Amino acid sequence: MDILVCLKQTFDTEEQITIENGQISEDGVEFVINPYDEYAVEEAIRLKQEHGGEVTVLTIGPERAEQAVRTAMAMGADKGVILDTEDLDEEMDEHSVAHLLAAMIEEEDLEYDIILCGYMAVDDGAAQVGPRLAELLDIPHISTITKLEIKDEKVIVEKDAEGDVEHIESKLPILVTAQQGLNDPRYPSLPGIMKAKKKPISRLDLDDLDLDEEDIQAKTETLEIFLPPKKQAGKILQGDIKDQARKLVRLLHSEAKVI
Amino acid sequence: MSKHVLVLSDVREGKLRNVSFESIAAAKLAADGGQVTAAVFGSYAKDLAQPLSQYGADRVIAVTSSELDQYTTDVYFQAFKKVIEHVNPDVIFTGHTSVGKDLCPRIAAHLGYGLISDCIHVEVKDGKIVFTRPIYAGKAFVKKVVKDGVIFATIRPNNIPRNEPDMSRTPNVEELKVDLEPDSLRTLVKNIVKKSSGGVDLSEASVVVSGGRGMKSEDGFKILYELAGVLGGAVGASRGACDSGYCDYALQIGQTGKVVTPDLYIACGISGAIQHLAGMSNSKVIVAINKDPEAPIFQVADYGIVGDLFEVVPLLTEEFRQLLNDQS
Repeated sequence: MDILVCLKQTFDTEEQITIENGQISEDGVEFVINPYDEYAVEEAIRLKQEHGGEVTVLTIGPERAEQAVRTAMAMGADKGVILDTEDLDEEMDEHSVAHLLAAMIEEEDLEYDIILCGYMAVDDGAAQVGPRLAELLDIPHISTITKLEIKDEKVIVEKDAEGDVEHIESKLPILVTAQQGLNDPRYPSLPGIMKAKKKPISRLDLDDLDLDEEDIQAKTETLEIFLPPKKQAGKILQGDIKDQARKLVRLLHSEAKVI
Repeated sequence: MSKHVLVLSDVREGKLRNVSFESIAAAKLAADGGQVTAAVFGSYAKDLAQPLSQYGADRVIAVTSSELDQYTTDVYFQAFKKVIEHVNPDVIFTGHTSVGKDLCPRIAAHLGYGLISDCIHVEVKDGKIVFTRPIYAGKAFVKKVVKDGVIFATIRPNNIPRNEPDMSRTPNVEELKVDLEPDSLRTLVKNIVKKSSGGVDLSEASVVVSGGRGMKSEDGFKILYELAGVLGGAVGASRGACDSGYCDYALQIGQTGKVVTPDLYIACGISGAIQHLAGMSNSKVIVAINKDPEAPIFQVADYGIVGDLFEVVPLLTEEFRQLLNDQS
């Protein structure tokens, strides 16, 4: 089975955000595989273990993005493709990223039975690239899956639809996006980390891809990035617990007016 | 310049979700005096035209095929595409919901549109429609515009106030026939297991009662369901509680998991890891109950009680019950 995983390197979720010169500062920040993409990597490796085949990881990013690909390889992915964004000056958006991924798949002649993505990235949280890529490749997609099973050509999934679970069937080839709960991603083992260093990574530049200007240019533009206002310290209630409970309910009713 | 805005209504179990009215309010603003057209899908679509009109839609387009009663990407795609071609709007809004998140990026890619998802605020500035949306789950925010072409955005539930309904309005309904091609459907929904607690959706709930590792067990969550029940709210959880197996991942609130902005968020036994705070700190009023007075959750809380939640929560439930009884 030919399996592709699209992943993005993101800030660790325990990082605070600071802004410098109007941009999010990356100083001293720890980077990880986007947690939703990590579920996708884990599921890809499980599919490979069950059905055989090869897992190829694709990413778009600056030099540091290689760490994320190596981590996926240490977990068990076989190959990597990285599109270097160092020479991309202009802002990218989900429209451009989906076109770039499609062009990377074409350039590398990658075959696929299934493509796995995280359902969203924890940084920009747009939840767009997976379905957009499926449309560009003209294959079906199912988003926010929490269970995946493949029997012959048949794909059986459970999809999280805001608390409801939909049991859906489809066929290969397909793109699915991973929701939390799909699996428990493994930690890379030491031998896995050693092996990952030798696994092949193909590096691409924008010039390698067959794309029109129109496909890469972002359709949207960021005007401003800002932090939310700092919260004032709140009231810690005092006294007997029973009085505190009564006082709190009264404050929520008469002061905060939310009840 | 006035614009023609199309809103795709979000329907759950035959009922319009609040986010549909919130999207219409956003659409009214973006239209700048132009027309707002609401589209609604499913065999009950025509019955939903009245509220859509009362909340501000100038025209309602109903696609009444029963194939649209259950969302699947391919049928909704075909119907939505047809409606867009028919209406030819300048601006398109839908809710940032399970349906909106699945459908809109795919349609946007098909039509070559930009899409700004998960918007919490819409304004018109120098003739441009400017959207505000969270990044890093609300640790920061961006203002964005669509550079050219059709302006397409999804609206996060619970953030843009809906307009006061005008009960005297009668809907201007147009039924649109869409020839759905069932053979072209590539995904098939076999069955659905309903899971939502008491029917209150976490992302749309006005009150969220949330538990962390301090709940100690799955059983411990019972008192939270009781409190949420009295307040008509939903129950959420921290990653710690989900990882410990106290509750389903569908309840997780945080940078991974759901981001919620209810009127009232009650955090019980949650210490307040950064990744959890990102998912709830934009709630209007936050209450924290925790044994540890140093817990970071108290730094974002408007009101705090330092104490044993197993003692405090049942007392609160009783106090709320009394207050609400007195009011009714």
